[in-house]
Amino acid sequence: MIFLKKIINDRDRVVEEMLQGMVKAHPEFIKRLEGSNVVVRKDAPVKGKVALISGGGSGHEPSHGGFVGLGMLDGAVAGEVFTSPTPEEVYKGIKAVDGGKGVLLIIKNYTGDVMNFEMAAEMAELEGIKVEKVIVNDDVAVEDSTYTVGRRGIAGTILVHKIAGAAAERGLDLLEVKRVAEKAIENVRSMGMSLTPCIVPAAGKPSFEIGEDEMEIGLGIHGEPGTHKEKIKTAREITTILLDRIIRDKRFVNEEVAVLVNGLGGTPLMELYIVNREAHKILEDNGIKVYKTLVGNYMTSLEMAGVSISLLKLDEELKGLLDDRANTPAFKQI
Amino acid sequence: MASTSLLLEIVRNMSKNIIENKELLTELDRAIGDSDHGINMAKGFSAVHEKLGEMEGKDWGYILKTIAMTLISTVGGASGPLYGTAFLRAAKVVEGKGKIDRKDVINMFHEAIEGIKMRGKSDQGDKTMLDALIPAFETLKSAYEEGEDSKIAFKRAEESALKGVEYTKTIIARKGRASYLGERSIGHQDPGATSSYILIKSINQVLEKN
Repeated sequence: MIFLKKIINDRDRVVEEMLQGMVKAHPEFIKRLEGSNVVVRKDAPVKGKVALISGGGSGHEPSHGGFVGLGMLDGAVAGEVFTSPTPEEVYKGIKAVDGGKGVLLIIKNYTGDVMNFEMAAEMAELEGIKVEKVIVNDDVAVEDSTYTVGRRGIAGTILVHKIAGAAAERGLDLLEVKRVAEKAIENVRSMGMSLTPCIVPAAGKPSFEIGEDEMEIGLGIHGEPGTHKEKIKTAREITTILLDRIIRDKRFVNEEVAVLVNGLGGTPLMELYIVNREAHKILEDNGIKVYKTLVGNYMTSLEMAGVSISLLKLDEELKGLLDDRANTPAFKQI
Repeated sequence: MASTSLLLEIVRNMSKNIIENKELLTELDRAIGDSDHGINMAKGFSAVHEKLGEMEGKDWGYILKTIAMTLISTVGGASGPLYGTAFLRAAKVVEGKGKIDRKDVINMFHEAIEGIKMRGKSDQGDKTMLDALIPAFETLKSAYEEGEDSKIAFKRAEESALKGVEYTKTIIARKGRASYLGERSIGHQDPGATSSYILIKSINQVLEKN
């Protein structure tokens, strides 16, 4: 065991202690569901509104608890670090947020998350709660074929939260909210890279090995190794590698997009802004018009240094939903 | 005929072995997954171990169901629902039974595997726990058909499970987080197949002693 250089008390209690601190930081937005690792809107359940739940392993803060509030999520279920929450926890969340119009589960496409959320949905349906689910799979680094579990869900999930959350806030019914969430998923693509691995506190070791002068391309947000390693390059070259792959995957050329430059936790905003500068240039060169830009740490991977870029292709409906008001600890739109 | 006291001894041994192999399982998962298999499994089987007292004197179905629900509510990740579903399916076969025979053993094992296939939408050759469990099950079944007793049947099953684990080193992962690696997953032994092997070995160790 190497020395664990982290600001923690007890490596087996990081999620519990983080949640306690998170709720203390944002009492005007969220509250903790007693006896669980679920945080819900302070005014949950909101009567007559479709409720949205997301969640997954911890270590991605502010995802997902930071997006609980007006115009985004109604609840977020936190698992152990990088580990899906159990069906029981998700079920508690569903019950707590259901305001009578049903609950939409926004799941990132990981085997464990999908299984646990599906089991929770089955449990809730037995009690007469209407539950629908959407699965976010925006990571173009993973080949989508019948021989894999499909693409992973990464930072593009935040844009899905925003779009679906706005639709729910407008009073749309469950199937309509699901439809716009699926439309957002269909139109969002992401890819990431990293310079360093991260250390899961309970594991105490870096998630993968990487050379001093190397970078890992296409890795996921759990420190799972990426598609390949190569020598580190400039911000311009890195942005080009990521955007080339994204633009090749979905026809973004001559379209309007929202761009999300997401830090993985250990990269300063300064570098994220440099990546954003390069991204805007590349998008302009491709005739892609940027309607909205987000830069910051939205979906992190503990202390990993790295960045992901997401593009969401917009039409009038999605633009409207993106512009709607949102007020959460980590995302505000006035 | 196998009694529930034998089952409890097996469960105790499973818990002990999983907890002892926490680091190994986590290390294997670190190579191709997300470094949590050992941690999660040890957490689940520690919780199972704590419930041994409450399982005392109960029937096979009750004990297996308790294990299932405990794993589902404590393990998380993919292994929780997968092992949980396996134990739950097995429990249904032996509901209310104080003793079970070979036919029950075969049915339980069969149902457990079907449960994992259903929940994980996976099959043999995907580099998962099924690559240890299915060969073990087939060996067990044919040993019984040849008239061997449980001691010999499970000994052979353990050997097949181990071969299955070795086999996972040679194939590409098609399920779980390891599947993102594609060909880079070759050469690595599957953590799920390894924990399944440990569970079968745990059964065998107890049978050998009795």
